[in-house]
Amino acid sequence: MLHIYCPHCDEYREEEEFRPKGEAHIARPADPENTSDEDWGNYLFFRKNPRGLHHEQWFHSAGCRKFFNVTRDTVSYEILETYKPGQQPTVTAESRQAQASAQASNQGAAK
Amino acid sequence: MSQRNRLATGGRIDRTRPLRFTFNGVSFQGYAGDTLASALIANGVDVLNRSFKYARPRGVVTAGADEPNAIVQLGATEAGQVPNVRATQQALYDGLVAKSTNGWPNVDRDLMGVIGSLGGKFMPPGFYYKTFMSPASAWPKYEQYIRKAAGLGRSPRETDPDIYDHMHHHCDVMVVGAGPSGLAAALAAARSGARVILCDEQEEMGGSLLDSRELIDGKPAAEWAAAVVAELSALPDVLLLPRTTANGYHDHNFVTLHERRTEHLADLAPLANGRRQSRARMHKVRAGRVVLATGTHERPLVYARNDVPGNLVAGAVSTYIRRYGVVPGQRLVLSTSNDHAYRAALDWHDAGREVVAIVDARDKPDGDLVAAARSRNIRIITGSAVIEAQGKKRVTAAVVAAIDIAGFRVKGSTQELACDTIASSGGYSPVVHLAAHTGRRPVWRDDLLGFVSGGVPGQIPAGGVNGRWSLRDAIADGFECGVRAAAETGLTAGTFTLPTVAPVREGKPVALYQVPHTKAAMRAPKQFVDQQNDVTAAGIELATREGFEAIEHVKRYTGLGFGTDQGKLGNINGMAIAARVTQQSIPDVGTTVFRPNYTPITFGAIAGRHCNEFFDPRRYTALHGWHVERGAAFEVVGQWMRPWYFPRGNESMHDAVQRESRAVREGVGILDASTLGKIEIQGKDAREFLNRLYTNAWTKLEPGKCRYGLMCKDDGMVMDDGVTACLAENHFHMTTTTGGAAGVLDWMEMWHQTEWPELEVYFNSTTDHWAAMTVTGPNARKLLTELVDIDMSAEAFGYMDWREAKVAGVPARIFRISFTGELSYEINVQANYAMHVWKALFEKGAKYDLTPYGTETMHVLRAEKGFIIIGQETDGSVTPEDLGMQWCVGYKKPYSWIGRRALTRPDTKRSDRKQLVGLKPLDPQVVLQEGAQIVLDKEIKVPMPMVGHVTSSYFSPNLGHGFALALVKGGSQRIGQTVYLPMADGKIHAAEVVSPVFYDSEGARHHV
Repeated sequence: MLHIYCPHCDEYREEEEFRPKGEAHIARPADPENTSDEDWGNYLFFRKNPRGLHHEQWFHSAGCRKFFNVTRDTVSYEILETYKPGQQPTVTAESRQAQASAQASNQGAAK
Repeated sequence: MSQRNRLATGGRIDRTRPLRFTFNGVSFQGYAGDTLASALIANGVDVLNRSFKYARPRGVVTAGADEPNAIVQLGATEAGQVPNVRATQQALYDGLVAKSTNGWPNVDRDLMGVIGSLGGKFMPPGFYYKTFMSPASAWPKYEQYIRKAAGLGRSPRETDPDIYDHMHHHCDVMVVGAGPSGLAAALAAARSGARVILCDEQEEMGGSLLDSRELIDGKPAAEWAAAVVAELSALPDVLLLPRTTANGYHDHNFVTLHERRTEHLADLAPLANGRRQSRARMHKVRAGRVVLATGTHERPLVYARNDVPGNLVAGAVSTYIRRYGVVPGQRLVLSTSNDHAYRAALDWHDAGREVVAIVDARDKPDGDLVAAARSRNIRIITGSAVIEAQGKKRVTAAVVAAIDIAGFRVKGSTQELACDTIASSGGYSPVVHLAAHTGRRPVWRDDLLGFVSGGVPGQIPAGGVNGRWSLRDAIADGFECGVRAAAETGLTAGTFTLPTVAPVREGKPVALYQVPHTKAAMRAPKQFVDQQNDVTAAGIELATREGFEAIEHVKRYTGLGFGTDQGKLGNINGMAIAARVTQQSIPDVGTTVFRPNYTPITFGAIAGRHCNEFFDPRRYTALHGWHVERGAAFEVVGQWMRPWYFPRGNESMHDAVQRESRAVREGVGILDASTLGKIEIQGKDAREFLNRLYTNAWTKLEPGKCRYGLMCKDDGMVMDDGVTACLAENHFHMTTTTGGAAGVLDWMEMWHQTEWPELEVYFNSTTDHWAAMTVTGPNARKLLTELVDIDMSAEAFGYMDWREAKVAGVPARIFRISFTGELSYEINVQANYAMHVWKALFEKGAKYDLTPYGTETMHVLRAEKGFIIIGQETDGSVTPEDLGMQWCVGYKKPYSWIGRRALTRPDTKRSDRKQLVGLKPLDPQVVLQEGAQIVLDKEIKVPMPMVGHVTSSYFSPNLGHGFALALVKGGSQRIGQTVYLPMADGKIHAAEVVSPVFYDSEGARHHV
């Protein structure tokens, strides 16, 4: 059972209050009629399934009824941040990797 | 029978409170404070069970949750039957009735045992799979007998009369385990001002303190435990939960606790003030920090015939003697790899019974406990181990030999020591289950010879589970972890001084798991690793030889750890054997995954009060009472209780539906339509929002008008439908399907919030606020005219109009829409006025024989008109065009509404998609089965391509024949063709493909 911080309510709430809504940041193509069948198919049907950091959309359905995004580690289930629609994540797989390699090089320097 | 193994004094039992109990039909006596196991040992009962596979006699091995053998069926009554209870954890109460789980005809003379001992050699791992593999058709028969032989308890055949609760908690610090470190941690956290929950699975809090030989602050350790418990229980923010097992550790510090509230009192929960108490509770705890103080489980050594009753783990011997005042035998041989187990011999000796010898695998043991044994003149045989037990239903001797651990061989000759009890200890395994439930793998520590927590965020292991094993260290670690836990939740440390505990010097243990035998493991008598599942060292060797080298494979092939005890006792030994045979280290072999629940939990506690009428919420319309009074049959639709049909007298469902259907077509009927989803939509962009949401156009809908709308997902598949009315320029009233209401609101909010936040539009569910009554039939207008204050003429109030009016004096919205094809009005009133209006309608409607009808008639009537039902004619793979509803698709709307783009994908444009058609069975009496598959050829041949299926099917009294709606490949091109429906009983029905509109295709009946 996840403990989820709702960025609209500014509170931690139980997972029971929420519904997962799949991958976040999937923008509907702005001009659908001039989007190729392939691109439209990708928009409709293709989703990431990463082992590690994933940006997900959640819905506080039994709470404030607002949508928001969650950055979650799909291995440890750790939630690294939650943020409102329209905002971008501050923690990403890339930023995490950069941080890890920076740490490694710092450690190397310390030695 | 007397309690011949009971000591005259000592233990934490109350000898002034004798309790009677029955085991396998024999009556015994024990004392308050006993467990079932300690009472059986006191009475000299050696054989408690027969083993799972070989039906070997088995006795008590441990004194706790790790017990593999003493598994019993509990229950004085049929309703109170509980399977798979560990006798070591079951408190004794007066009148307790228990039976062995296995054993036929009984545990002492077991017939399967004969087969087991004859067949033992021939029943290696995989025996059942290998032997009973073919023919596959015979497996059900084999299985029946195998199950009887295995027998793992049974569930009650009567309904459980007990009730169970769920409770939810939030706390700063949750402490699991009330042994030395758990009590210390709880005390430290509580004194720091934390809200603390402390749970412990035993009857009494204190854990190992209750049988410790050591002193705390100069007093017996149990006294310190009592003092801490007393202090904690006086604190307002501390919740103490004894008899409560932390069974599951879930993500983000969510812990599930199983509290057994009455199972130490009686078979069924006793009454309190005439009401049944809750038998068990499931506590769901969200904790700031979780201190794991779950301690360790002692590992037995794996030697030949180590399963004969009288073989125990060393610590259990101490527990029985010191805590329960029972000595499990007369003459003890202790086989150990470490100092700590010496306690068993000391306790045995101090109880006045004979310690034949301590057999120590180390060459030069020299700790304080060793010295204590020497000072008692107890014989210590070093560099050796018990390699085999003798005896059948009880140990009669121990075979001892010098061993070479590194070379895994016996050195020199063996000697037999006569004894009736063998205690063994191969070290201690931290109880890391709760640290592993969320998927984190435990980490091996060579210095401990055990796995510790791999580190779980928010979780702090303390004491034994953290590798701090001496009493002194465990208490210190507990205090430290308690303070840390409180600090990490933002509190400042309280004041305390550590109690004084004299240090005990212990020598280094040696790594010993399986003891070598004079014969190779495959030829030696059985060396049991997992006694509950009869897994032997030879079986694990065989598994690795057959290529199952990964521990998860070994586990599945042999059954290691698959018992109700989850291999608490045997898993590490099993891994050590797999490691030895495959020449790897234990951490390379890896650990298996631990999963909730830690110990078996009754389904009652999992269900709590969520059973019977509380299993799923029920929703009732404002008119429900009337329907019940009228004898309606109900069906559940999306949690709503809807009248299905209204039988008159002994009328069958078929007859009732035929009558109701005719009444609507010929006179007037009424339906409670309150369950339809209703959503208020307001805002200056409400109309634009509808244009994007629905497939059809909303730009020109004027106030006072209604329109039917179809909703698709963005893949172009129909998801919902309903009528939406324009109340004012920026104000709409939407209806959805009954089951789809919540999902449609979610859907609208998602699009608004995440895709079109610039639109100014607001939604509000009003499903429960409005009651809706559909008055329909040729006489509908005549009836309503008597009750309303507006002009009901066709000119003033046309089809697809809505009007505000007073009905029976009550403010109402009347929608002239039709789902039956008849002249039809849907009256919406505030829900609490509904009964008044409904009754008024029946008062005035009596002369028209106003007939209430249910959902079944509603379905028949709409199907006659070819009107779809979402979820019946659609299944998420059907487009508006598949349904022949092109008229409802606004391709010319400027905005690319939800679903539009997908409708021009090649797949949605295919002409051979399944399309909605009508089916008219050639035999008019036939009513096709819903779901029946449709084929084009009546000759049965394989393969037979299926071209569609029946979605709705009824007998129509208005048409005089059966009829159906169906989805058929390329159906719109097949009108007039005959298709076939082969049935399971061999019949083949033939039907003509026709238009889905069977009745009044011109719509003349509602345009009046």
